[in-house]
Amino acid sequence: MPDYEEHGYDVVIVGAGGAGLRAAIAAREGGMRVAVICKSLFGKAHTVMAEGGIAASMGNVNANDNWQVHFRDTMRGGKFLNNPRMAELHAKESPQRVWELETYGALFDRTPDGKISQRNFGGHEYPRLAHVGDRTGLELIRTLQQKVVSLQQDDGKAAGTRYSEGKLKVFAEVTIIELLLDGGRIAGAFGYCRDTGNFVLFRAPAVVLATGGIGKSFKVTSNSWEYTGDGHALALRAGSTLLNMEFVQFHPTGMVWPPSVKGILVTESVRGDGGVLRNSEGKRFMFDYVPAVFRGQYADTADEADRWYTDPDHNKRPPELLPRDEVARAINTEVKEGRGSPHGGVFLDIASRRSPEEILKRLPSMHHQFKELADVDITKEPMEVGPTCHYVMGGVEVDPDTAAAARVPGLFAAGEVAGGMHGSNRLGGNSLSDLLVFGKRAGDGAAEYVRGLAAKYPKVDLASVQSAMRTALEPFERDGREGAGENPYTVHADLQQMMNDLVGIIRREHEVAEALKHLAELRDRAAKVTATGGRTFNPGWHLALDLRNMLLVSECVARAALIRQESRGGHTREDFPKMSAEWRQKNLVCALSDEVRDGEIDVQEQPVPQIRADLLALFERDELSKYLTDAELPAAGATAAGEES
Amino acid sequence: MAYDAQFRVWRGDADDGELRDFTLEVNEGEVVLDIIHRLQATQAPDLAVRWNCKAGKCGSCSAEVNGRPLLMCMARMSTFAQNETITVTPLRTFPVVRDLVTNVGFNYEKAREIPSFAPPAGLAPGEYRMQQQDVERSQEFRKCIECYLCQNTCHVVRDHEDNKKAFAGPRYLMRVAELDMHPLDAADRKNAAQEEFGLGFCNITKCCTEVCPEHIKITDNALIPMKERVVDRKYDPLAWLGRTITRRK
Repeated sequence: MPDYEEHGYDVVIVGAGGAGLRAAIAAREGGMRVAVICKSLFGKAHTVMAEGGIAASMGNVNANDNWQVHFRDTMRGGKFLNNPRMAELHAKESPQRVWELETYGALFDRTPDGKISQRNFGGHEYPRLAHVGDRTGLELIRTLQQKVVSLQQDDGKAAGTRYSEGKLKVFAEVTIIELLLDGGRIAGAFGYCRDTGNFVLFRAPAVVLATGGIGKSFKVTSNSWEYTGDGHALALRAGSTLLNMEFVQFHPTGMVWPPSVKGILVTESVRGDGGVLRNSEGKRFMFDYVPAVFRGQYADTADEADRWYTDPDHNKRPPELLPRDEVARAINTEVKEGRGSPHGGVFLDIASRRSPEEILKRLPSMHHQFKELADVDITKEPMEVGPTCHYVMGGVEVDPDTAAAARVPGLFAAGEVAGGMHGSNRLGGNSLSDLLVFGKRAGDGAAEYVRGLAAKYPKVDLASVQSAMRTALEPFERDGREGAGENPYTVHADLQQMMNDLVGIIRREHEVAEALKHLAELRDRAAKVTATGGRTFNPGWHLALDLRNMLLVSECVARAALIRQESRGGHTREDFPKMSAEWRQKNLVCALSDEVRDGEIDVQEQPVPQIRADLLALFERDELSKYLTDAELPAAGATAAGEES
Repeated sequence: MAYDAQFRVWRGDADDGELRDFTLEVNEGEVVLDIIHRLQATQAPDLAVRWNCKAGKCGSCSAEVNGRPLLMCMARMSTFAQNETITVTPLRTFPVVRDLVTNVGFNYEKAREIPSFAPPAGLAPGEYRMQQQDVERSQEFRKCIECYLCQNTCHVVRDHEDNKKAFAGPRYLMRVAELDMHPLDAADRKNAAQEEFGLGFCNITKCCTEVCPEHIKITDNALIPMKERVVDRKYDPLAWLGRTITRRK
């Protein structure tokens, strides 16, 4: 039997969530032969967990909405650390990407005049999220999955068969463990098939990373087992760079009880549809937590906030709909100061605010989830919720227009694994639109790159294939060896607890420094983990391989968190509680200083790209002065703010 | 509140296997999948099991618990007596890969055979107009998380391996119905439902509906109406029977 099976493609997409599938569709439509690598079964990617909706300024519910307003909201949500070009492209292109889904067969909820309905969400000025009840992610993944099938059927027609996988094939339950290079350029990807345990080599000049996030490094998380930072780590080891890894989003509302479901997401739509947060004293506490930068946009009283749902043009928004970082910190403070719920969260109340019929219609999955998992009927009782690790804003440094990864020709990244788009904090609903906009751009970018090679493809270095194989098999070889015998599950659990405790929602210098020491120890222990049993579908072995990625990415988060001396979005330093206009000008860029040794992370400061004058002109000077240094501000009187411009 | 529970878990591969006994700690609020994870972490690190979201949304952790097909992440331990032995086995209708993991490729093959959504001619993206009440029928079927519990349970294939070739199963017959009921789909799917995907095999025993974790009324709202649509072209005694004895909710 050969050591590995081999395939040749033009473009290999690693990841089969929203970004990966949209990239695959684009690359295939661009004439490429495409392989999609899927860590789980096809259609199970984490995108399926997205509940609320896809943000796109179609203006179906409020005609005042347009891309400029969406751009502004995105920059505010990210506290102006966003890559402005990415935020611009995203705001401009998301409506087209959503409408396109209807031509693939998606069925969104409708407005009375038959258009796609749009709902309110945190940080979005107008109702903007296209949705299907509270299962929008499922609709997105299924629609893209079915579009892939539809393309395979088109290819089949030419061959006189029902479908053909010749030009577009999904490899399910395959994990990529290393990217292969030829003189610094992408030459392929190497991985293994779970169902056989056999290795597989993909020769390809372009690889699109669409592997999602890193949440499985934290104990309380809404993320699934797949979210082990694979793409982040693959990019680093291939010589690319990661941007702003200190920014990790803790979603304010995860389930807190029972213990086994702690962290599972409770959609922001509950608040968008009228739900409010209360502490143990019954107080609607969010009014106490509106920060100065947002005071002009959020209501001061419960009366005004409640009027907003029916008359948004004449009232300010409820503070429950502040960006996620603000709400998560507020909940954290309430609990810490002793006003939490019995199981250490706060109360999220929709029961007293909306009729049971309305709740069942708009939030059916939430009703189902609480009923089945916590024995709570959300039409009758409040939910108990608390922050949960949800999303990483940091990621692979990419070119906004083509999604090309920094420093490695042929490498592309889109979706959560890419950095820059969301700045220091992502708005709800901007994730699914990000997947579509930059998934398509990555697929197009990869296709264009491959066409530029004019069939002169880089060559795979077989020595690096052998070395990747040896590394992957080490956990088996260590079994029974002296000094080895660490249990991968135990090392993982210790990592998760440590990251939660020391690099979590509120950070302190000495704790992060301590975390770095623990990470060094955990790396030593990970080097001793063993796998037992065979190679066929062996989760213990798989976790041993994933640990390497989780440790590398956790190191990036901790190192960057130690360096950034300010609080902004998904990075809160108790010792530097304020936002700093000087720090806003800096991205922190992680690179692997020595390819051979994992964990040797080098962090450099790099200037944030400047915001173009026409984009700056979308904001009032007063507002800009809360974020930017005086030197960056446009001359007084020079801006003509407003969505009309 | 914690107690020790007796578990019997099927371990083996395509060729051979057996039920093995384990004693495992159970804490308040846990589901069967939590206990399977504890088994992995403490006694059987190589135990093969699929799971992703652990919230009933991805449909990965399907198995049979005490013979009942269900999602392990939604099976609460409090629904079992503390002294009850809990037997966990892989889905019976599909070939075993290892332990609790089966080869569900049959379903992906059927998915690729169903002709895709046919976009209406002359409508550009952004010009689609549909009424909520018209999309709701198909939306119910699009709640499907593809856990394949219905495919596993349907006796047409569960007990008759030979039927797999000619029968797409409830999930994919429902997909045909979903497209047929899509307000803007331009294709006619009635003949194919009957002749290519085996709608006639279904004798509406509703086993699929009973095991659906999303509570989709597969038989009443998808399969029987589809049979009714087909019957205009082709006489099917079961569709006639279905119309006379059931009423859609």
